[in-house]
Amino acid sequence: MHRWQLALDSLWPLARAALTGTIPLTLISFAIGLVIAVLIALAKLSSIKPVSLFGAFYVSLIRGTPLLVQIFIIFYVFPFIGITMDAWTCGIIALSVNVGGYAAETIRGAILAVPKGQWEASATINLSYWTTLRRIILPQAFKIAIPPLSNTFISLVKDSSLVSTIGVLELLRKAQIIATPTYDFLTLYIEAALIYWAICIVLSFGQRRLENYFDGHATV
Amino acid sequence: MSLLSVRGIHKTFGDNQVIQGIDLDIEPGTVTVIIGPSGCGKTTLLRSLNGLETPEQGVVSIDDIEVDYASKPTPAQIRKLRSKTGFVFQAHNLFPHLSVLQNITEGPIYGNKQPPEEARALGRTLLEQVGLADKADAYPGDLSGGQQQRVGIARALALQPKLLLFDEPTSALDPEIVGDVLQLMRKLAREGWTMAVVTHEIQFAKQVATNVVFIDQGVIVEQGSPQQVLTNPSHPRTREFLRRILDPLADEESAS
Repeated sequence: MHRWQLALDSLWPLARAALTGTIPLTLISFAIGLVIAVLIALAKLSSIKPVSLFGAFYVSLIRGTPLLVQIFIIFYVFPFIGITMDAWTCGIIALSVNVGGYAAETIRGAILAVPKGQWEASATINLSYWTTLRRIILPQAFKIAIPPLSNTFISLVKDSSLVSTIGVLELLRKAQIIATPTYDFLTLYIEAALIYWAICIVLSFGQRRLENYFDGHATV
Repeated sequence: MSLLSVRGIHKTFGDNQVIQGIDLDIEPGTVTVIIGPSGCGKTTLLRSLNGLETPEQGVVSIDDIEVDYASKPTPAQIRKLRSKTGFVFQAHNLFPHLSVLQNITEGPIYGNKQPPEEARALGRTLLEQVGLADKADAYPGDLSGGQQQRVGIARALALQPKLLLFDEPTSALDPEIVGDVLQLMRKLAREGWTMAVVTHEIQFAKQVATNVVFIDQGVIVEQGSPQQVLTNPSHPRTREFLRRILDPLADEESAS
């Protein structure tokens, strides 16, 4: 019975770790990752060869190496070049860089899916390249990209557990810390899994709301 | 002096020489209707006038801006040329995520940096002119095809261009609403807008055009007043083309 008691006692500490660790970690990394993704997508689409090569290189590197390895490299590279960086910041950088690589392909596809006539119409009303992107193309591309980006976001919630390995205090790390003196890892890990699952269920629901909202207008 | 002058336009897509040396002049306040069989290069010509297509050769000048395509013009030069024109697309190409009024004010506010209030006032006036004053806050997806095209025209007018270019503005519309759009275009012609119109609407050409240009296989075969080109065409290819589009069933009847 004390297994249930342990689960109950650790529920609030774990939930708090999710609220103060996992969730902000995910949100901040996703926001920064999206900015990176847009820039990399535009780089890949650029007609300037070195720029598009850099975009392709970035995506290939990020998608071709394990996230866990990326986290370790970022964690160790800063001390190596003489910069002090706490684990939290390292975790955010690693997750952002990673999401940037994956979401870049989604956003590139979405930009290409916006009809060419939208670019042409923008050109005929004197919009510059950047204004066309900001006002005309990206709003439509994001609408197209919402379902795949939501999936990326939900994956990120779970992937954020990997930064526990460099000591970031988030949900999984908290579960480990609670479990260590009790030796009851199974209970704590199951409990952590259920909390991740609950977060993802809520997010899936939000995803549907968002898609419905965008379906309301913005269709020809 | 001509408002638009085109000299020696050549444009190739792969092995296909779409335009093989076209000269054209458009006087201020006139309506030039460009006709020709599909694939003859008329749309490509129209799109070359404002740099939506980049011909290999040729000089286009509108008002005080001249672009020589042979000397690889910069994007900035093309933008200057383009800013003299307004363009109405066959498929209207309205911005689906913006309201009707925003579609019209987008160019003035974000392209020409006009004060938003001024642009919105102009936008509402234009919507009144095209008969859609009550649709300012609707989205393009809520409008009929004819209404969408009238918004497309208002969007082009909002920049107060020197030259209005129409690329088959009624080809994608249901027959019974074609008239609305053509009437609006006739109204604009009467108000003195300089227009170049690629179309298959021969009646519109007869009634509204100052100058009719017949293009076939990338060259101007014949041009002149509607009377000359449409009523008494001198070239056999013009006659053949007009016979086909005015009486599409004629071939089969004569064959049987």
